[in-house]
Amino acid sequence: MDAHVAQLQMQYRNYILSLYQQGFLDDQFTELKSLQDDGSPDFVAEVLSLFFDDCVKLVGNMARALDQIGTVDFCQVGANVHQLKGSSSSVGAKRVKGLCINFKELCEAKNYEGCVRCLQQVDIEYKTLKAKLQDMFNLEKQIVQAGGIVPQVDIN
Amino acid sequence: SRLDLKISAMVMAAEPQFHVLAVDDSLFDRKLIERLLQKASCQVTTVDSGYKALEFLGLREGVEINDPDAVSTSPVIHQEVEVNLIITDYCMPGMTGYDLLKKVKESSAFKNIPVVIMSSENVPARISRCLEEGAEEFFLKPVRLADLNRLKPHMMKTKLKNQMLEEIEKPSKVESGTAAAVVEPEVKDLTEIGIKIVPLQSEVEPKQVHLQVVQQEDQTMSNNKRKSVEEGLSTDRSRPRFEGITTAV
Repeated sequence: MDAHVAQLQMQYRNYILSLYQQGFLDDQFTELKSLQDDGSPDFVAEVLSLFFDDCVKLVGNMARALDQIGTVDFCQVGANVHQLKGSSSSVGAKRVKGLCINFKELCEAKNYEGCVRCLQQVDIEYKTLKAKLQDMFNLEKQIVQAGGIVPQVDIN
Repeated sequence: SRLDLKISAMVMAAEPQFHVLAVDDSLFDRKLIERLLQKASCQVTTVDSGYKALEFLGLREGVEINDPDAVSTSPVIHQEVEVNLIITDYCMPGMTGYDLLKKVKESSAFKNIPVVIMSSENVPARISRCLEEGAEEFFLKPVRLADLNRLKPHMMKTKLKNQMLEEIEKPSKVESGTAAAVVEPEVKDLTEIGIKIVPLQSEVEPKQVHLQVVQQEDQTMSNNKRKSVEEGLSTDRSRPRFEGITTAV
């Protein structure tokens, strides 16, 4: 059983490292993890849940705003992008945050085609991240179920 | 003197519990700041607007509840609440963090509560405006634990002051004639924290003695403030602030 746990732990470590290396996560995510403790064991999961709820809501708002062809309120779209940029930044969702920075400029330039394309990318990106983090939580569960402890992964 | 011993005891006591009032209209951000503050060993109250913050403090419609001059038809609710720090988001609908800051600093009861502003945007004009209005610090989001730990000295000052005022306002044998001599406490222990106690004769109630705590000019703090105006950064951070990945659209 120890070998199994060790293998899972290694898998977990490599997975986390790859998420950072591929730019899905940045050091703000590390900070969030450090805030989790025995007193608040589900903190990261709760915060991520709120973040993804935010994504659904904001992407929905932006899609509706961009649907008003001819009378698109770019300020409204920009306001939603601003919110998404804030929360993605606070959660360590590096790629989503990066897209939001571009998106903001496209809103300011009132670039309709650009905004529509960017929104599609944001949609794909947050859903991809959500799936990856789900895999991460599943690995954590497996480790605990196998009797092991989830390792602290040291980035850098 | 008795006051001496009390002050020394408070200074040497185990780390006190600070109560922080956190204001942010975003549920997500409230959750984050709450966890951060708990991790920094603070007691936290979160509210989602400036109005609720003022209500919590005991200010309603800008009128202090215990203000004898205030004309109020609604029943007076005496709320005993000690807040050692207010941390507020800048961008909020209705009352902004800046508006809240002004209201707090204009109130005689609460103007000594340190106020910290948070914002996701690095706008130097905004930062200096807040600092000029009396904000202790301006943090760029996402706020980190290291940022909050820097606030402890600010909170310590108000906590100590409140405790000392409670001590002084207890009935004492002080007579107006000898007031100045009796309340000359030793300030040695407190100078490191930057608190100077100055006896103040009150005109309204000559029989009572009031102490006014005067903040000493803290050189490092003002340096930090200048730095945040110039660089728009919290001084502790060495990592780059913005790492935008440009993806082809």
